[in-house]
Amino acid sequence: MSGSIATTPEREPVFCTRGLIKTYQVGEVEIAALRGVDLELHAGELVVILGASGSGKSTLVNILGGLDRASGGTVRYRGQDLSLADDRALTAYRRRHVGFVFQFYNLISSLTARENVAIVTEISTDPMPPEEALALVGLADRLDHFPAQLSGGEQQRVAIARAVAKRPAVLLCDEPTGALDSQTGIRVLEVLRRINEGLGATTAIITHNRVIGEMADRVVRLGDGRVQEVRVNARRRDPAELSW
Amino acid sequence: MRALSRKALRDLARLKGQVAAIAVVIAAGVMVLILTVAMREAIASAQARFYETQRFADVFAELERAPERVAARLRELPGIDQIETRVQAPVRLEVPGFAGPVRGLLLSLPDGRQPALNRLHLREGALPAPGRADQVVLSEPFAEAHGLRPGDALRAIVNGREVDLVVSGLALSPEFIYQVAPTDLLPDYAHYGVLWMGRPGLAEAMDMDGAFNSLVLTLAPGADPRAVIAAVDRRLARYGGIGATDRDEQISHRFLADELDQLRVMALVLPAVFLGVAAFLLNLLMARIVTGQRQQIAILKAFGYGDGAIAGHFGLMAGLVVVLGLALGIALGAWAASGLVGLYAEYFRFPQMGLRLPPQSLALALALAVAAALLGTLGAVRRAARQPPAEAMRPPAPERFRPSWLDRSPLGRYLGQPTRIIVRNLSRHRAKTLFSTVGIALSGGLLLLGSYQFGAVDRLLDVQYRLVMQMDLHLTLTEPTSFGALAELRAQLGVRHVEGYRSAAVRLVAGRRDYRTAILGVEAAPRLRRLLDGEHRPVPVPPDGLLLTRYLADYLGVRPGGSVTVEVLEGHRRALAVGVAGVVDEPIGLGAYMARPALNRLMGEGPAVSGAWLLVDPAAQERLLARLWEMPRIAGIALVADAERQFRDYIGDTVLATMTILLLMAGSITFAVVYNNARIAFAERARELATLRVLGLTRAEVSWILIGEIAVLTLLAIPLGWLVGTGFAALLSWAMTTDLFRMPWIITPRTYAFSAAGVLVAAALSVTAIARRLGRLDMVLALKTLD
Repeated sequence: MSGSIATTPEREPVFCTRGLIKTYQVGEVEIAALRGVDLELHAGELVVILGASGSGKSTLVNILGGLDRASGGTVRYRGQDLSLADDRALTAYRRRHVGFVFQFYNLISSLTARENVAIVTEISTDPMPPEEALALVGLADRLDHFPAQLSGGEQQRVAIARAVAKRPAVLLCDEPTGALDSQTGIRVLEVLRRINEGLGATTAIITHNRVIGEMADRVVRLGDGRVQEVRVNARRRDPAELSW
Repeated sequence: MRALSRKALRDLARLKGQVAAIAVVIAAGVMVLILTVAMREAIASAQARFYETQRFADVFAELERAPERVAARLRELPGIDQIETRVQAPVRLEVPGFAGPVRGLLLSLPDGRQPALNRLHLREGALPAPGRADQVVLSEPFAEAHGLRPGDALRAIVNGREVDLVVSGLALSPEFIYQVAPTDLLPDYAHYGVLWMGRPGLAEAMDMDGAFNSLVLTLAPGADPRAVIAAVDRRLARYGGIGATDRDEQISHRFLADELDQLRVMALVLPAVFLGVAAFLLNLLMARIVTGQRQQIAILKAFGYGDGAIAGHFGLMAGLVVVLGLALGIALGAWAASGLVGLYAEYFRFPQMGLRLPPQSLALALALAVAAALLGTLGAVRRAARQPPAEAMRPPAPERFRPSWLDRSPLGRYLGQPTRIIVRNLSRHRAKTLFSTVGIALSGGLLLLGSYQFGAVDRLLDVQYRLVMQMDLHLTLTEPTSFGALAELRAQLGVRHVEGYRSAAVRLVAGRRDYRTAILGVEAAPRLRRLLDGEHRPVPVPPDGLLLTRYLADYLGVRPGGSVTVEVLEGHRRALAVGVAGVVDEPIGLGAYMARPALNRLMGEGPAVSGAWLLVDPAAQERLLARLWEMPRIAGIALVADAERQFRDYIGDTVLATMTILLLMAGSITFAVVYNNARIAFAERARELATLRVLGLTRAEVSWILIGEIAVLTLLAIPLGWLVGTGFAALLSWAMTTDLFRMPWIITPRTYAFSAAGVLVAAALSVTAIARRLGRLDMVLALKTLD
């Protein structure tokens, strides 16, 4: 597949992986990060992918986000096979459909909060204004601050605003609270939940923190490169109720 | 090897591209230093040795004719050590198998032995045997040009009489290390030679029995040369002395001294430029390494390595780069010097010119390179040593940025974010931006300088040979001859146009300044030897008064409307005040011009000429030359096209070689600066760039951030390079403005374009090298690492 990855309206899983395998060559050693993952993510749901370090959770999200290619199996986004997409198509896919939030925020230090958001909205088709995205994460009064002038929590909220401003279908968050203290982390999770509800973006949060699983619709526990358990929460807890 | 040293080697190996680029810039600086110092040393020591062993004179005087007893009285003057009198004669030569006109200077040797001063260094054969009036020693380059060996024959026309000569030996003389005809700038060994013969024979031919017309002397230790010259001049005035001179006005010595001066300037300026740029690049590299290894440094410190060991470790890395550059530079310098020695040996004839790398130049190169390294590395190494371990373990805080002036300007709103990133990065690291721009600009400036030099010399030759000298042949007569003699020349087959001129040796005096030259008396509107103004328009020749070359008028401090004292150095030898009617602009030599009838009046003679310029039919030129050669009154024939070719060959030899070296070196600077900047920017921003790729920016959009920065630096550097280069060129043109020749001040759009193109090509090459890295940018890895 070369061109773009089309958006299909059918009511089917947003993501569907079957027998997903990923092996890395690290020096002379081959490491199997994923050993056959079968998983579905549905439109609008908030999924927490839990796993210890080395469980393969980051690898899974990288493949879902179009940053990496699987070594075997299939990964479908709305019916299109991502493992067949070329570099150009994956770039377009990330640009149109996916929002990323990283553990270390990954803001561009030479751009202000507003500009960090604008760098994404400038290349999107139907974005919200950067100011609106920042208001959404409670930073309407920090628009012209540079990353060096913001706290860790604020930086992560800018990163979330950047991820959601393009109105993505999918929001992928890799350890979004990993570099934050628990109080700040909870505020970040509140923002994520609000956005998941408000924008209806399918949201996957990767974490090793079991507690965070309680805010999800479903919790997927990865271990040893496989899905160990999928649990559906009867009731999503408000992040404010969480503590660790 | 200790683990830490091993780490230094491996780290350097990982950065081999940058290390090599910096080492090449150091090498370029060291190479120029070694080259210029070694050449200067080789020439200066060969000169000193040759002057000493052959007892080169300090003062030189020419006169019409003085009896030998005058020399005996001169010996009594204070301040004089030794005096050697001799007879000299301008001659025409006929060399078997060589059709062209050959001029020569015949000098006397004491009968059967070496002179006391200006002794000959015999390369082959022997001095003329006592009493043999037919034997001559030839200057070696002249003999080589014609393949003449001892025993070979040639013919000379001395004082209008043909003399058959046999070569007894070949020699070099300290007086003719740079062997050039009196009015030329370049040696032309085929058309001009120096010969020596026994004094009795030459004196007889020149009617100089018991007399002399040339004198050289050495000064007693501590003597004031000016006092001696003044005393000699007073004694010789009545014998037609035209004024004694010291070594500074001796042609060969003057050219050598100029060359040594030029080498000294080169030895100072170019290495400073290169080593300065190298220091800056080392600084960038080491700062980057230290920042990149902050965690490793912390770990080493946690293990118990002290500040000294850490500083030593990074010092070792910088030191290895310097050693690499130094070794390469010394090797290249020695190689280039051995090539250049051959080129110099063609123009400067010493018995031997030994090239050795003087230890002091090696020590100097070492000291300068180490100084550059220290300058470049000290800050980064100190930072590495001082860093507290705990701080280093934490991830670095985001860099502080501020909106730049461009953001605040109305234009700021229209900037895209990637462009904003470029602008902010450049303005955040102002010193780095400045030094990078200056570094690239310096290389652009060097390119411009090389191109200017080439263009200016070309222009100089064009003006001289296409605009000023319009004749095909230039004839000089043995003595001033009636104007009517020109009719005989006009009648020759193949002669299309003849213009006679009168040339008279004079000293021009204005206030306390004086200059020896010749006044050229020309027709009212000379066609074959034009007199031009600054815009190359013909200057009308006034019926009375002098036209002076602009540089000469400036030197004498006179303007049109003023006057100079003309001391005539031949014939009646009177001094007369003559008005200055105007100035002319010409690139070569310093001359004074007058209407020929006015000069004839000044000389107190009837209509007379001392030479002629001819326009000839090329098809008939060879036969015409043969016939002109038969005329005993013709002392010399010069082919103007030959002289031009000679000049252009010389330019081809030297300027082109210099240009190539300059181009390579300037290119290496641009490449090193751009490549290092790009590599460091890439390393510093790999994470940001990967993030942008993750966010959906295309490869091209991400590349723009890096390449745009290089583009901005390069575009800023180009006009700055033009400015720097124009400054270099102005300095060069100023340094090259001498009485011998003036470099025209002309920088064409092509010169600017050449400088810009050179910088752009080097920048494009480095961008290509970086683009490959951008292609391999690993998004996943970049997200995981902190720095």
